[in-house]
Amino acid sequence: MSTRASDTSLEGQRPLSPHLQIWRWHATMATSIFHRASGVGNYIGAIALTLFLIVLSGGPESYASIAFLFEGALGWVTRIVMFLLTLSYSYHWLNGLRHLVWDAGAGFDPKVANRVSWLVMIATPIPAIVIWVLALGVAQ
Amino acid sequence: MTDYRTPISKVRGLGAAKSGVGHFIGQRLSAIALFLLLPVFLVAVALNSGSLDAIYALFSSPLGAILTLATLTAAIYHMRLGLQVVIEDYIHKPASKLTLLALNTLLCAALWIAALYSILRIAA
Ligand code: HEM
Repeated sequence: MSTRASDTSLEGQRPLSPHLQIWRWHATMATSIFHRASGVGNYIGAIALTLFLIVLSGGPESYASIAFLFEGALGWVTRIVMFLLTLSYSYHWLNGLRHLVWDAGAGFDPKVANRVSWLVMIATPIPAIVIWVLALGVAQ
Repeated sequence: MTDYRTPISKVRGLGAAKSGVGHFIGQRLSAIALFLLLPVFLVAVALNSGSLDAIYALFSSPLGAILTLATLTAAIYHMRLGLQVVIEDYIHKPASKLTLLALNTLLCAALWIAALYSILRIAA
C-alpha cells in the first residue's frame, strides 16, 4: 500500500494483517486453517443430513425418488463425497479436542504444538476409516 | 452456571468486539457435547446403513431418534455460532455482513425445525 508524505492520517499506514501468500506454511498454521475449512465442510454435511432426513420422513416412496444417488456409478461418487465429509468430521473432531485442551490452558509450547499438529493431521484418516469399515461391513 | 461477564460489560452491552463471552461459552459447550455425540451417532448410522429398513429402524427407535436429534441440535447450534465468526472475519461491508449473518441464523433455524419434524415423524 502506498503512502504519500503529505498523508498525516493513519489511514494509509495501518499495518496489514498477515496475508496467507507471504507466509511460509507450517504445521500449526495448517491445522488452524483446516479447522476453519473442516468447520465449513461439516456445516455442509449437516445440511445434507437434514435434507436426507426430510426425504426419509416422507416414507420409502419418498426415498425412492433419491435412491439413484446411492446406486451404480453415481453411488460411488456419493460414497466418495460422503467419505470426504467423514474426513472433515474426523479432522475437526480431533483438532476440536485440541481447542478444548487449549481452553484449559495447556498445549501452547511451540514444540508440543508443532508435534500435536502433525499428529492430528496424520491421525485424521483413522476415525473416518473406522466408520467406513463398519459401514461397508454391513453393506449388502 | 458461573457468569463470566463483567458488570460494566453488562451495563454497556458492548465489549471491544461488541459481545463474545456468551458466544465463546456456547461454542465450547456444544463442542463438548458434539465430541461425545458425533462418534456415537456416526457409528450407529454406519452399523445401520446396510439397508433402508435398518436405517428406518435406527431413526424410529427411541434411542436412535433421541441420539439423532441431540446430535443435530448440538451441531446446528454449534455451526451457527461457528459460521458467524467466519462471516465476521471475511465480510466487512455492513450490508453484506448483516445479510449473511441473518441468512446463517435463519438457515440454521429452518434446518433445526426440519430435523425435529422429520425425526419425530419417522419415529412416530
Ligand atoms: C456437526 C459437527 C460440527 C460442525 C458443523 C462444526 C462447525 C464449526 C464451524 C463452522 C466452526 C467455525 C470455524 C472457525 O471459526 O474457524 C467451528 C469451530 C469450532 N469447533 Fe466445530 N463443528 C462440529 C463439530 C465439532 C466438534 C465435535 C468439536 C469438538 C471436539 C468442535 C470444536 C470446535 C471448536 C472448539 C471451535 C472453535 C474454534 C475457534 O475458536 O477458532 N466442533 N465448528
